Amino acid sequence: MKIKTILAAGAMTVAAVAAHNAQAGAVLDGIKAKGFVQCGVNTGLPGVAAANAEGKWEGQDVDFCRGLAAAILGDSNKVQYTPLTAAARFTALQSGEIDVLARNTTATLTRDAKLGLTFLGINYYDGQGFLVPTALGVSSATELDGATVCVEPGTTTELNLADYFRAKGMSFEPVVIENINETTAAFFAGRCDVYTTDASGLASIRNTMAPNPDDYMILPEIISKEPLGPLVAQGDDQLADIGRWVLNAMIEAEELGVTMANVDDMKANSTNPGVQRLLGVSPGMGEALGLDEAWAYNIIKQVGNYGESYDATIKKMLGLERGLNALWTDGGLMYAWPVR
Amino acid sequence: MSKPHHAPGDVRSKSLTDYLNDENVRAVLYQVVAIGLIILTSWYLVSNTLDNLEQQNISTGYSFLDLEASFEISESMIDYSAKSTYATALLVGLLNTIKVAFLGIILCTIIGIIFGVARLSSNWIVRKLATVYVETFRNIPVLLQLFFWYALIPNSFPHPRDALEPLPGVLLTSRGLYLPVPIADTAYTLMGIAAILALVAIYFVKKWAKKRQDATGEPFPMTAAGFGIFFGLVFIAYLLGGAPTEIDMPTLKGFNIRGGYNISPEFLALLIGLTVYTSTYVAEVVRSGIQAVPNGQWEAADSLGIKRSVALRKVILPQSMRVAIPPLTNQYLNLTKNSSLAVAVGYPDLVSVSNTTMNQTGQAIEAISIFMLIYLGLSLLTSLFMNWFNKKMALVER
Repeated sequence: MKIKTILAAGAMTVAAVAAHNAQAGAVLDGIKAKGFVQCGVNTGLPGVAAANAEGKWEGQDVDFCRGLAAAILGDSNKVQYTPLTAAARFTALQSGEIDVLARNTTATLTRDAKLGLTFLGINYYDGQGFLVPTALGVSSATELDGATVCVEPGTTTELNLADYFRAKGMSFEPVVIENINETTAAFFAGRCDVYTTDASGLASIRNTMAPNPDDYMILPEIISKEPLGPLVAQGDDQLADIGRWVLNAMIEAEELGVTMANVDDMKANSTNPGVQRLLGVSPGMGEALGLDEAWAYNIIKQVGNYGESYDATIKKMLGLERGLNALWTDGGLMYAWPVR
Repeated sequence: MSKPHHAPGDVRSKSLTDYLNDENVRAVLYQVVAIGLIILTSWYLVSNTLDNLEQQNISTGYSFLDLEASFEISESMIDYSAKSTYATALLVGLLNTIKVAFLGIILCTIIGIIFGVARLSSNWIVRKLATVYVETFRNIPVLLQLFFWYALIPNSFPHPRDALEPLPGVLLTSRGLYLPVPIADTAYTLMGIAAILALVAIYFVKKWAKKRQDATGEPFPMTAAGFGIFFGLVFIAYLLGGAPTEIDMPTLKGFNIRGGYNISPEFLALLIGLTVYTSTYVAEVVRSGIQAVPNGQWEAADSLGIKRSVALRKVILPQSMRVAIPPLTNQYLNLTKNSSLAVAVGYPDLVSVSNTTMNQTGQAIEAISIFMLIYLGLSLLTSLFMNWFNKKMALVER
């Protein structure tokens, strides 16, 4: 009797563990089966991803998650958000806790090659800057020798910071706190002279969290390249393809002048073959991705094109102009791969 | 393991069922099966994990430890810069953990004993104050207390430019406490050696004094002599070393105060938080230890005309220690483990550095395995020491 019990228990343990085995291609099937996209986002960075007063998530990264849900499930509201700290984000994606990570994450070689992750593209070109109190009397980052710097752990920011000061032969003292809210609180309490992160993040912190935004200024130096984009775990290439083309479709729509307001009209009346392909009037694109032909129509109808999303989030909430993120035709870097 | 036994005169040859029904055979069989299952399960878990990691193209192994860390750490007891390796970074974290745990254990013991004794005071106000202290800080989660202390320190002290100077050279700012320190000199090495020599000398004098008191009954003023030997020797070493007087004073330079010794708000918040929280438990351990000593011991001391304060120190506390040491060990282990909450207030302890390492290299399993092993090691070492101490203090029964 006893032996049987022990054996049964052992067999059950083994079976339970086996069930957790990752299966290639399973993430997309999982999304379809449960009926929503589990999306990892920032814990709260207005403009990028933050819950508003009604508890609804808003921001540019949130728009990507909504676009993905619109493309796969036809409804941009079928998203569940998992707020993640910078330090926890990759583990959450690797372990399958989330389907996709859209958390202002810088694409780097190590992350792409060593962590078992795939970057889908870039939805925001950023660079690292410095936020200081105006009372500090500093006008350039080169004057920061000996400063105390608040920084979030587990970010490329932390590494760029050390690189920059090393290259300039300056010293600094880092204050590294896991939660972004604790870090900003420490900065506004005067624990640090400087707060450093991506320029969009600095604008967000200055405009939405500072007791008085005018007491703080962003220094002119941008010390790094920070191409930010969403990513998925390796092993589900179909999901990666879909994610990549959600980004491209939003940019392509802006290039073609398709907006949330005129998408129905364009679908019915446009004679432009590019528009017809994008909106599924001439079929084939949706099928190639294993989606409904209305995939891009759904994204644009429910979320908008890249420019509309940018204006409603980054520009409206942070007051940042397009800059590098303008379309290539306007001198920016946003350039959609051809939808054909 | 002993041979199966059977009644004498049993000549029947044994079948398999007989063996399986033999108590001794069964005992061995159960253990073999249990161990086999454990090995099988762990093998399965490990190989499954490795398979999955490989399938997801996540690199594994500990070779990342030799790579350049390229992040800075705010406070370190050894030489560290962004050029150092991940292994050095983890060592910095470990030393920071040991620093805060060591100081925390000493401070919480002292404060805990004071409040534990105060809870039994005959003075109503003292007794109630101690009760309020214990009940307040014991019943608030330690993480919240850490947030509280960390919010308090930077917010309640001024910017380095308008630093408070309660004593000459001692600066209180939102960046922590700055203390003046003597500039390094061989005299201080000599003083350190003298201090160790003095401790050895005190040990032997004490032994001699005890022997003499046992033999002749003549007491020896050990406390005064001890202080004399210690400070005398250290002072002589200071004079021999040339009596250096140069002091490194903390002064405002640029944005920050440079020079002197800095105690950061992160360290302070963590140390205060852990000490206050754990000291309440230590106080309860001490109180219960004292109450476990039979009242007769107090009465016996009274009848010999011993003062209450002396009776507490010489009669009651030594006996209560026997009851108190095992639960004290638990509290020390808790403090060490709770120090991993440092990450919440930005103190670069082992977990905080491991987190950063894990995130920069993506080697989550490896980094976690390293700090789990280290915590296990630290806890086992603490236990070993306390068990040894317990044995030493235990009643020697004749």
